[in-house]
Amino acid sequence: MGASTMSCHSVAQPRGASQGGSYRTIAVVGPPNSGKTTLFNRLTKLRQKVGNFPGVTVEHHTGYIRDINGEEVALIDLPGVYSLTPKSEDEKVAIDVLTGKMPGTPAPDAVILVLNSTNLHTHLVLAARVIALGVPTLVLLNMADELHKQKGHVDVLSLARELGTPVALVSATTGEGLVAVQNFLASATPNPEPLELPVVGSTRGYREWAVRVGKNAGYQRPATPVWTARLDAAFLHRIWGPVIFAVVVIGVFQTIFALGQPLSNLLQKFLDSTGVAIGNHLPSGMFQSLIVNGVWKGTGSVLVFLPQILLLFLVIGILEDSGYLSRAAVIADRTMSRVGLNGKSFIPLLSAYACAVPAIMATRTIESKRDRMATILIAPFMTCSARLPVYTMVIAAFLPNRPLIGPFLGTRAVAMLGLYVLGFVMAVLTARLLKSTILRSKDAPFILEMPPYRWPTLASLGLRLVDRGKAFLYRAGTVIMLVSLLLWAATNFPMHHGQPPAVQDSVVAKVGHAIEPGIRPLGFDWKIGVGLLTSIAAREVIIATLGTLHGVDPESHSTDLQAALRHELTPAGAVALLVFFAFAMQCMSTIAVVRRETNGWKWPVIQFSYMTAVAYIAAFAAYNIVGHFVR
Amino acid sequence: MIFNFIFGRHKKDLETRAQALADLDVGESAILSDLEVSPPIAEHLMNLGFVPGLVVKVLRSGPGGDPRVYRVDGTEVAMRRDLSRHIHVELIGAAAFGD
Repeated sequence: MGASTMSCHSVAQPRGASQGGSYRTIAVVGPPNSGKTTLFNRLTKLRQKVGNFPGVTVEHHTGYIRDINGEEVALIDLPGVYSLTPKSEDEKVAIDVLTGKMPGTPAPDAVILVLNSTNLHTHLVLAARVIALGVPTLVLLNMADELHKQKGHVDVLSLARELGTPVALVSATTGEGLVAVQNFLASATPNPEPLELPVVGSTRGYREWAVRVGKNAGYQRPATPVWTARLDAAFLHRIWGPVIFAVVVIGVFQTIFALGQPLSNLLQKFLDSTGVAIGNHLPSGMFQSLIVNGVWKGTGSVLVFLPQILLLFLVIGILEDSGYLSRAAVIADRTMSRVGLNGKSFIPLLSAYACAVPAIMATRTIESKRDRMATILIAPFMTCSARLPVYTMVIAAFLPNRPLIGPFLGTRAVAMLGLYVLGFVMAVLTARLLKSTILRSKDAPFILEMPPYRWPTLASLGLRLVDRGKAFLYRAGTVIMLVSLLLWAATNFPMHHGQPPAVQDSVVAKVGHAIEPGIRPLGFDWKIGVGLLTSIAAREVIIATLGTLHGVDPESHSTDLQAALRHELTPAGAVALLVFFAFAMQCMSTIAVVRRETNGWKWPVIQFSYMTAVAYIAAFAAYNIVGHFVR
Repeated sequence: MIFNFIFGRHKKDLETRAQALADLDVGESAILSDLEVSPPIAEHLMNLGFVPGLVVKVLRSGPGGDPRVYRVDGTEVAMRRDLSRHIHVELIGAAAFGD
């Protein structure tokens, strides 16, 4: 259905009247930390799909439930909002959907408004604004279990009278009171009367109204959970806070490296053997090569990141749902503010040391669009695990390992550490540059709500993993498949007598020769050039490529390849190559994921150009400076 | 220059003390009077509960004293001093609503 029919629909027909008095589409609205998503998952029993609204990066879930007559009702889970002023992209999306202005999404027949019953005064302000839209609304006061436990109270009937809408006290975790949703669906009225609430225009007026309504409904705010106060005393402690933070950070890092890396290796082995198995079942020739080397290896190079991505999102999910992530942001904020970012950027940047792909996906927790963009743009400068094999190879070829401090810290380790520092410094410089120019954001101060601590639920963690996993495989997978096929074609054409050419006669070699004058100033010849081109697929691919070009198997003859590298590069050229890899965005997975997260090609193109330019200039400088001292 | 910048704040006399949220000590409460920030930020703060007339308490301080966590009407919010300096408060004594 096109956008025009949709807007006609919403104008011509009164809401709620569409299907003879039953609701077809219901929007689920609520502030952040109201437990809206948990409730949504519970209601739809995980029968849902993810989608992006057109033209914005905001993602939404649509879930389905059945009413008493067995009719399917679509629930649209809108982003968490505090108000309905179109301040952020999230809020604009919420308003557009609620008012039927979102192309491709029908105007909702009704609204389910989820509020946190333990914090009613603040959340009633949103209620006033949503109810004023005139759409039939069901108000669900969530977290009833916490309200009761902490000796809070609210008279649901009085509140319903005050608001003029049905109100129910529910708990998304225990399922208490959720029958109210079915009652609401059953009582769909064809022509609801628009409600008029005695509310003054300003936020202060709304707030005073909220307090009055709360008082009339006998609302008693529950005491702050004792555990939240106790945990905060430790997690935000002057000394223990940063210590616990460091332990958590190391834990995240360890999980991805120590657990994720072996899993990735296992998956790699599995994919390699299946690739061989598939190849054995196909007649040898171009088609076999296309499937095994083009499709399977290309997609496989992306698939191997999956364990790390899922692990990272599991860890971040636990930290976020439990409430610790907000505290970590407070701890990290002071340091992050020095580069013009805030505490919310910390976890994504940390994750980027494992892999930029999940890191960029993790930036979704940053509300400020400009800060999120800056974080996305600097994340690939962090030394990811794909750079390690390249660094190890080149350093081993050129730098003899001599102990520097004791037997543990040798020259090679120091060189490796230096490359980590190099990437980090460039990230900081780039952040400063961005935050003082195109992504300057004076109007986005650090304001962060501290939710009470809660146990993460398995359902919401699991759902998040499925979501992120799918998003990564589907969206990034399509672009990566295309690039892999292009690279495969470039290495397999032009054909001679129906056979693929030797690498030095292929299209990719011709391109390598063509760009040789351009990379000569960095101390690279055409072979390295070919390696740079193929490494766009993934950084470590350069090793296999150089192996092929020199006729050595990089797996079994790594010392031979090191010798070949020494023959090919001067020490200065080797340094230039390392510097180039530290800065360049040689990773199509990252490019694909940036495209997806920013919803367009503009930012990935800018980022790729910028990083390549930085890499080129820095490698050029390194080649000339080092070349001056080392012959 | 830099010394004035660092130490100047502590030299404020008692009369001007506790006029801004940033000047309150941890554990102290006051009544919000005025948000001297741009309209969208004021709006966001009010949506979180920072409405003039409500009681705000400095709950705790992050390491190094910045950002700090405040509580208004059951909501806990962290913000930096560069913002809390522009939020004006009155010391308890006047009537407050909502808490």
